[in-house]
Amino acid sequence: MSGHSTYQPQSGFMKWMERRLPIGGLVHSSFVAYPTPRNLNYWWTFGGILSFMLGVQIITGVVLAMHYTPHADLAFKSVETIMRDVNYGWLLRYLHATGASMFFIAVYIHIFRGMYYGSYKEPREVLWILGVIIYLLMMATGFLGYTLPWGQMSFWGATVITNFFSAFPGIGEPLVTWLWGGYGVGSPTLNRFFSLHYLLPFVIAGVVILHVWALHVAGQNNPTGIDPKSDKDTVPFTPYATVKDGFMIVCFCILFAWFAFYLPNYLGHADNYVPANPAVTPAHIVPEWYYLPFYAILRAIPNKLLGVLALFGSIGILAFLPWLDTSKVKSARYRPLYRQFFWLFFAVCIGLGWLGAKPAEGIYVVLARILTVYYFAHFIIILPLLGIFEKTKPLPNSISESVLGSKA
Amino acid sequence: MTTVSSAEHTRRDFLYIATGAIGAVGAAAVVVPLIAQMNPDASTIAAGAPIEVDLAPVAEGQIIKVFWRSKPIFISHRSKKEIEAAQKVDLGSLPDPQPDSARVKPGHDQWLVVVGICTHLGCIPLAHQGQYEGWFCPCHGSVYDTSGRIRQGPAPANLPLPPYAFVSDTKIRIG
Repeated sequence: MSGHSTYQPQSGFMKWMERRLPIGGLVHSSFVAYPTPRNLNYWWTFGGILSFMLGVQIITGVVLAMHYTPHADLAFKSVETIMRDVNYGWLLRYLHATGASMFFIAVYIHIFRGMYYGSYKEPREVLWILGVIIYLLMMATGFLGYTLPWGQMSFWGATVITNFFSAFPGIGEPLVTWLWGGYGVGSPTLNRFFSLHYLLPFVIAGVVILHVWALHVAGQNNPTGIDPKSDKDTVPFTPYATVKDGFMIVCFCILFAWFAFYLPNYLGHADNYVPANPAVTPAHIVPEWYYLPFYAILRAIPNKLLGVLALFGSIGILAFLPWLDTSKVKSARYRPLYRQFFWLFFAVCIGLGWLGAKPAEGIYVVLARILTVYYFAHFIIILPLLGIFEKTKPLPNSISESVLGSKA
Repeated sequence: MTTVSSAEHTRRDFLYIATGAIGAVGAAAVVVPLIAQMNPDASTIAAGAPIEVDLAPVAEGQIIKVFWRSKPIFISHRSKKEIEAAQKVDLGSLPDPQPDSARVKPGHDQWLVVVGICTHLGCIPLAHQGQYEGWFCPCHGSVYDTSGRIRQGPAPANLPLPPYAFVSDTKIRIG
């Protein structure tokens, strides 16, 4: 925010470099001298965790691609070869597979933190929308990657998801044939999915750079939701935020390692260790856990096209959140009603996730319909009205006052 | 005084517009192969040539599954009871109304040939299951009757009919 005026290159080389490509000044102003609010809590460390996880996924993914064969007859076997024959292949694959789940755990915490503290509000709308785009790209990448082992869930997951596009009247059938490169999901589909699965993480990395750029222009939000007013309200990024982020990355790695070493298949499906068979659909098709709430929304609606539109709409509506929430106060700390609705919304999302894993019959369908209606009502009825009717608590005068009390 | 010339169309304006137009056509032309390469290639289309199926070994009440264009095709040798059940349905009660006679070839009432892909999201329905003794899709619970018509569940349409013809009384050509 304060520019890179404080950076003084020390070595002769960096002085030489700074006049030609001021990358040292950029790093210094973004990750060293950058002022961060002094009251950031641990929920603010998930951006760093997510950057770390993107790095983990790219590195493990690039090396897995050295041993993987994107062909319908060979893909399943090549994954088994990775597991049994490739040196440390089991470790790299389990890190990559559980890493995807860890990535989504972190992104969901990151998104709910943004919702709780109103981080999407003026002047951070573009920052938020870039985040929604990253999330969409993550979902696409995760889906494409899950197809690659070419087990039963891979094949039928790919079939169900690509068939979403057949719901569009007129263009549906040719569109799906074009996506498949054949008359059904097959080798051409697998090959292009592999190509795109390799591409998208780098697109994500590009949008992450825009996301961080927008963050550093608008400045970080903080638990009070009010902007820093003086130097007393901020501390430099290094060492304060770097050490805090680093500590949390280490803690997160403990969870990550626990899954990778002790529960590597807990979040997957046993059916995916059966080779893909186009003639038999598994009895119970379920997507990966991180898609379950959206899967529940899809199945809650008895019309195919409307179900697909509701599924896309439930993610797309996030992009409009900065304008749907009409309250001037950002943080839920000072919004007693919003705080309750936030936790209710959180519970609804968990509930939809639980329903997404259940068979689509009887009471589960009824519950999924109720929760789907509530999911959308939260955005298009509750949030706009809360901003008008809610009586918010008084905001502190500054961040330092909220931390130190009025003696500050 | 100085702005007068900019209001007139000059040869230079024409060159700018013509250059831009050619550039746009060129860019559009480049997109064509990039999009078209994703459609089924020549070998995939060739592999989708018509197939002949001998019906003689299919017993009454049996449903067989053959593959054509990577789609499973269900061939059902329907019993008298199944044909009657399919014919006497009140068309008004169907989500996708179609008489049974429009779903089989004339004079071959006992043979129902349908594409075995649920019209909801592409799963393969299980034969001889569900309330109407036709097919039941395990993915999202769509129920089809003995004519392959959707009766219950989220699927929007009946199981589609592949293009096929009877070559003889016991042989069909699909495609």
